[in-house]
Amino acid sequence: MNLAIRDIRYHRGRFILTSVGLGLLLGVVISMGGIYRGLIADALAILNANKADIWVVQQGTNGPFAESSRIPEESRYRIATVPGVAAVSALAFQTIQIERMGKPFRFFLIGYAPGSFGGPPSIIAGRGISQKHYEMVVARSMSIGLGEKLRLGQNEYSVVGISDNIVSSGGDPAAYVTLADAQEIQFKKSNHAIRNERAKITANVAGNNSLSQQQAELLTQNIIASTESTHTVNSVMVRLAPGADLKETQERIQQWNYLRAISDEEQTAILAKGMIEKARMQLGLFRVILLIISGVIISLIIYTSTLDKIRVIATLKLIGAQNRVIIGMILQQSLLMGILAYGIGYVVILLTYEKFPRRIVLETFDLQSLFVIVMAICMISSFVGIRKALKVEPAEALGG
Amino acid sequence: MYAIEVDNLTKIYGKGETAVTALQDATFKVKPGELVAILGPSGSGKTTLLTCIGLINEPTYGRVVIDGTIVADGGWHSSIDLKRMRREKLGFIFQAHNLIPFLTAQENVMVALEINGLTRNDAKRRSIELLNALNLGHRINNFPSALSGGESQRVAIARALANRPRVILADEPTAALDTENGKNVMDLLKKLAVENNSAIMVVTHDHRMVENFDRILEVSDGRIVGEQSIVDIN
Ligand SMILES: Nc1ncnc2c1ncn2[C@@H]1O[C@H](COP(=O)(O)OP(=O)(O)OP(=O)(O)O)[C@@H](O)[C@H]1O
Ligand SMILES: [Mg+2]
Repeated sequence: MNLAIRDIRYHRGRFILTSVGLGLLLGVVISMGGIYRGLIADALAILNANKADIWVVQQGTNGPFAESSRIPEESRYRIATVPGVAAVSALAFQTIQIERMGKPFRFFLIGYAPGSFGGPPSIIAGRGISQKHYEMVVARSMSIGLGEKLRLGQNEYSVVGISDNIVSSGGDPAAYVTLADAQEIQFKKSNHAIRNERAKITANVAGNNSLSQQQAELLTQNIIASTESTHTVNSVMVRLAPGADLKETQERIQQWNYLRAISDEEQTAILAKGMIEKARMQLGLFRVILLIISGVIISLIIYTSTLDKIRVIATLKLIGAQNRVIIGMILQQSLLMGILAYGIGYVVILLTYEKFPRRIVLETFDLQSLFVIVMAICMISSFVGIRKALKVEPAEALGG
Repeated sequence: MYAIEVDNLTKIYGKGETAVTALQDATFKVKPGELVAILGPSGSGKTTLLTCIGLINEPTYGRVVIDGTIVADGGWHSSIDLKRMRREKLGFIFQAHNLIPFLTAQENVMVALEINGLTRNDAKRRSIELLNALNLGHRINNFPSALSGGESQRVAIARALANRPRVILADEPTAALDTENGKNVMDLLKKLAVENNSAIMVVTHDHRMVENFDRILEVSDGRIVGEQSIVDIN
């Protein structure tokens, strides 16, 4: 006969209520672990979707995600000629926040050259980008319909395709346009600024009397073209040819000393360790605190329920019950409470995690280790109750 | 062989100035199947006597032998497993409802059997047998809170008898019952003592309850002041 279960059955209301409370607490602990995994998954989503071997960025930066990086677009042609490089693709990224239906609407805009890699991972409705300009593919989670139009910069873009969910390292949903469009949105100056600068350049050049009329015009045109050029990208992705050596290729690319070639592995480390280290510590701290609170609650509950059972325990001792019977009763109750609470927490998160604003990724390993930790906490927490129970004298069963 | 042998049993609670000698130099023997009443005023040491024999209270001096085993000789005997003795040789019935509230009548009996090593099925069978014999067949699935005082006390008796103990110790088992129920419980104890050949010691205040007893020990101020067989009374 299992005394722990009989007691729980008799006091089931109280037991279930405390387990639900604990369960919600554990649910928060589970979700925090899930948020952390979600942060990693988000941070690496674009990395994993693009399957680049090398990310070429501006020298001295940890770009293009963790830091801003700008390199000339033409470097992609040079990189393509490096031995070992099989394919390149230039990307321009930008976080955009516009007003949509009266609310701020944030997303991550990726410009890629249609035909090369780096585009939407999979189109689930509509089609990919086929025109040079003003077409857009959006992530499903942005909930924008096919055919809708968005104004970005100075132009309207129409949504021609919906992609499977993909997010930026910051967790914002990603949208795709052509590289040229993205460059325009990111780098093109406003008409006002252009007029101003043109006037300034023309005046400056005209002020130099040593130039002929023709020279001055040519110089002015060149300066204007260069200042108004949008041929800049944030990164060039490289895929290696089969058998090519990663290190060697990285070094060859870095011979242009304005470039840095970051391997996919290094990029993963930059994103997973660097960017979310603080979040990880913060979440980890909260989880530890919540687990300690759970432990304190469990031990208080077990302790008070032991106090409630002093007479029962004394009676059991009186009729000769072994210590293991009494320890078993208390320990099992504690473990059962932990199991039930864990189950409740797990189910609550399972039913709700998709509705969380941030991505929650539930990993079996995390869930299993939390379960083991919860069981350990239950065991430790029942200690005070067990100690109390072992001190009970059988004579206490006699008192009126 | 005697079921209980008590020799110069003395119990002193506390130490120094606050020490209370609750029992002094009690000496007597009880045979198997004998039904002994312990009578005496409140505070005279009846419960103390019972708990010393029942291995619940450690005697200060003197010797206690249960079913041939020396359990105490100036304190507990060194090699004695008190819990084992209690579950194998002793049965307890007390005035207070010391049934376990979250177990049904049957489970309250079964728990005593199971801690003594019976399998679940055997414990089930024996508990039903006992409860039937005590006219509680219709109550086996009730929790103690749903039982009357007399029914609770009969469940406690069933539990005390479960392991066929050599010695049954009852402290005012009828105090919470009306006269009729009290008489029934006493008759039952008497019957069981004979059937099982167990020694039974019952503490009671109530002189009307002792008419069926073999022997009466009178306790006053911690001493056994009178020992009479029922034959003497008559
Ligand atoms: N745990 C204890 N500590 C100190 N003194 C005690 C303890 N238990 C009993 N006593 C004292 O020992 C004496 C005998 O007590 P006991 O309970 O044996 O009397 P009793 O005959 O059973 O009384 P009653 O009829 O009221 O139950 C009393 O003076 C009591 O106060
Ligand atoms: Mg008493």
